[in-house]
Amino acid sequence: MSLIATLARLEAVESGRAQPLATVRHRRLTERPMVFVPLTTAGEAGAPLGALVGTDREEPRLLVVAQPRDRDLRSAFLAELADVLLPYVDGFGDDVELVERKETDAETGKKVTVEVELCADAAQLIVPSRAGAEFVRLLGRSMRFRRTAEQDPDTPYPAPPRVPLLGRWLTHYGERARVPGSSLLLAATDLLNRHWATGQSSLEDQHLGALLAWIDPPDGESGAQAALRAELGRDREGMLLRPPAGPATDPVFDNRRLAPAMERYDRARQLLAAAEDGESADERLGELHRAEREIRRLVADQMRPTWDAVWRALDLVRTLPEGSRVEDRWTRDRWSFTAHRDRVRAGEPPQPRRDDAVTAAQKLAARETAQAQLEAQEALDDPLVLAGRRLSGEAFVSEVIDVEMAWSESKRPSPRPLLTVRTEDHPHLGGRSAKVYRSLDGKPQTAQFVRYEEDGTLVLRVTDRMGRGKDPAEGSVPVKGDRIAWTLFEHDQRGGPKLPDPEETPWTHGGPPAGFAGGTPGSHVAEMPDLVTPEDLL
Amino acid sequence: MTSDSAVSGRPLSDPGAEAARATAGILHDTLHGSARGVVVDSPPGAGKSTLVVHAALELAAAGRPLMIVAQTNAQVDDLVLRLAGKEPELPVGRLHSNDSDPYDKALDDLDNVRKSARAGDLAGLDVVISTAAKWAHVQGVEPWQHAIVDEAYQMRSDALLAVAGLFERALFVGDPGQLDPFTTVGSEQWAGLSYDPSGSAVSTLLAHNPDLPQHRLPVSWRLPASAAPLVSEAFYPYTPFRSGTVADDRRLAFGVPSDGSGPDRVLDEAAESGWGLLELPARHTPRTDPEAVRAVALVVRRLLDRGGAAVSEQSAEPVPLTVDRIAVGTAHRDQAAAVRAALTELGVAGVTVDTANRLQGREYDVTVVLHPLSGRPDATAFHLETGRLCVLASRHRHACIVVCREGVSDLLDEHPSTEPVQLGVTVKFPDGWEANHAVLAHLAEHRVRWEPGTA
Repeated sequence: MSLIATLARLEAVESGRAQPLATVRHRRLTERPMVFVPLTTAGEAGAPLGALVGTDREEPRLLVVAQPRDRDLRSAFLAELADVLLPYVDGFGDDVELVERKETDAETGKKVTVEVELCADAAQLIVPSRAGAEFVRLLGRSMRFRRTAEQDPDTPYPAPPRVPLLGRWLTHYGERARVPGSSLLLAATDLLNRHWATGQSSLEDQHLGALLAWIDPPDGESGAQAALRAELGRDREGMLLRPPAGPATDPVFDNRRLAPAMERYDRARQLLAAAEDGESADERLGELHRAEREIRRLVADQMRPTWDAVWRALDLVRTLPEGSRVEDRWTRDRWSFTAHRDRVRAGEPPQPRRDDAVTAAQKLAARETAQAQLEAQEALDDPLVLAGRRLSGEAFVSEVIDVEMAWSESKRPSPRPLLTVRTEDHPHLGGRSAKVYRSLDGKPQTAQFVRYEEDGTLVLRVTDRMGRGKDPAEGSVPVKGDRIAWTLFEHDQRGGPKLPDPEETPWTHGGPPAGFAGGTPGSHVAEMPDLVTPEDLL
Repeated sequence: MTSDSAVSGRPLSDPGAEAARATAGILHDTLHGSARGVVVDSPPGAGKSTLVVHAALELAAAGRPLMIVAQTNAQVDDLVLRLAGKEPELPVGRLHSNDSDPYDKALDDLDNVRKSARAGDLAGLDVVISTAAKWAHVQGVEPWQHAIVDEAYQMRSDALLAVAGLFERALFVGDPGQLDPFTTVGSEQWAGLSYDPSGSAVSTLLAHNPDLPQHRLPVSWRLPASAAPLVSEAFYPYTPFRSGTVADDRRLAFGVPSDGSGPDRVLDEAAESGWGLLELPARHTPRTDPEAVRAVALVVRRLLDRGGAAVSEQSAEPVPLTVDRIAVGTAHRDQAAAVRAALTELGVAGVTVDTANRLQGREYDVTVVLHPLSGRPDATAFHLETGRLCVLASRHRHACIVVCREGVSDLLDEHPSTEPVQLGVTVKFPDGWEANHAVLAHLAEHRVRWEPGTA
């Protein structure tokens, strides 16, 4: 944790309220995000119990699995979820703009300009917590390899139509959420934690209710008190006043409410199955419906406070104006969305179970680039974030007190003006050829650290972005009196090296993956679904 | 296992002969073996660079075009200088980046070293050397018959993936006990995969090629007899090594007697035994603990003021302890910056102050270490990392002085390792917790308690 974040936390403890960590919003919130509050069944990984989902805070769609161990009911739940989510996702697929992009021509190997589609906006999914994002991944993994009856008439347990497709989209969102600074799939707790520091531990910061209590406590109550109540407060019957944001449920709720209700439901089903005549069947069907309605009511009551809390969190984060470089990151999200849309439309197979060596290395490199870029962009967008970097010696704000023109010693001299600047900060400028950067019209300009003067001022040599001529372009050299923020970190990130194609994976990394062995290079072989084993059946 | 049985339990053969046998085996496998790769584990100061130079010259002599992959530009320049020192006639290529000032200016004085930013310009030279990062951008060239990958345990698997297409066979040399490569983003999703891109190049290589011959250098020429047993036992429990020197070979003495202050007493203890622990009163502090930082700086100041002189097998006469023979090691960059500032205040210039990551592979007569856990309220995986402590405790030829606040062993007991267990990941031994305890237990025997502000 940075020093400034520690200080903010101390202030939060002292004042009883969360303290801001940012003055602008560092994530994109779209106009119509899809909020998804899932619950899962205790004791069985990936068995959904229910969900509230929708883009309208007043009218969430309630999905409940009355008996999560019944795989038909689970399938029905997933089908219903696909009915809600897929139209929403598809709704962004056709509103496109045409963008020019440089591509390498496959035949000539030359760079050519092509016109490609870029979705004008992208679907955004908001879950309450990181565990919720993890659950999205789990759902994606469990669905994308399923086969529908249409794909494979012989499959023993066909998935409802569109379920595998939803699995692929959820997988894509789950993977994209691992890219630093991405906003396609956001957890409400991460959003709040990025922008405020509370006076509680980072573990407690994963509790959406407690987090909101610190940021927005009720009148006359301290954040600490309100958070404690949000975490532990129970009613007379022992139920949590603020049910957990899921997807795991409160064990007390499971034991005292859910388990008996499910028992009633199971019994009603058995009785219905055993009904011998129409009249008793009608009566027992009514009993079954009552039992189901009761479970739906219970599960909905558990999720509703979380649903409201997620929207409350969105309201709070929306009060901050968006940082100016957020748009740039969102454009990358749109590219990611568009690329997946294209893969789906081209009929490509689902994402493989595991990344091959090359894909894994590419993803890691892309994420490291995104991380460095995110850190730089947030600091450039937000004086409060920059203050943290200044405090840790990675940036400094200075006043220009002298400018001396100088030129490089080459045949065609280029301007290399020397700046003398004064700063109160303590940047860690050491070693030879330390470089510093400032933002000039949104582009980084580089200067070299030359020396410290006796009186503590710094001498910098500006080395680029001054045009091609002998004299620097208008406005490209600072003038006396300018206050400039310099960073020791670069603003842009160079992309990593080109990795070999997967079919050319070297011997050190096990050679080409199985899908390529013997096959024509480039022809991806879709992974087959797992065989059904006796353990798959209860 | 105690330090005694680890080292002196075996019949003490001549360390030089033992090391020569190991080197001969490595060169045999490299030059005449059938495997595509050879892996060499080298403990701190075991002559890894010497081996790399030796192997490079042999491969060049055998007429095999050789590329050498190192991890940093400093390492690359150092290797070029060593190669030229051994064999001034050898045509060497130094492939460098397009940045300004991309290589050590000392290379300009070498007649047979050609420097270029383009691999094509260096084609046909006997040996071409560059960093892994630069090699990764080389494309469209004939693959080299042979490669030497230096510091292979600090190279990431994805970096090897990017360069492995450039060579047919390779010698991988590195120290498994130093810091593992790291990433700034989460990589849990690949944990357990044989080619986890955030893992070390060697672990990926061996996972896919388990039959490659593996060698080990058995003698540390750097670490004195007082340090090798501890470092071997704490960090290399299953692959022990020994010091190439015995207790009397190395001595440290001061011209100016102690003034009785804490820093002076710990210096005397370290001169006597090779280790010293300057223990400050227990306290939770920010990372850049001002008292501890100042204590570190004071120790360095006194070390210089007292006219230290080192006697070693390398020269007959005592060698004065100058600023370039001393280093300060810390866990974090801001701590290093704080120590530098404190040293400047005391009028000391020229002493190396750096983090464990950057001190890897370097060697000094005396090191002063700010303990990674000093003053902390918690012990995170970062601070417990085995390699970090190993690097800090194994840079010295004579003595290592650790500055630390009291209470670290209690802190360790309150923070057992709680990293999640990942399927398919080889558990590393020893873990940082165990290694920290081992080192602390040893340091406790060389403890000097001091309350800054008192004598």
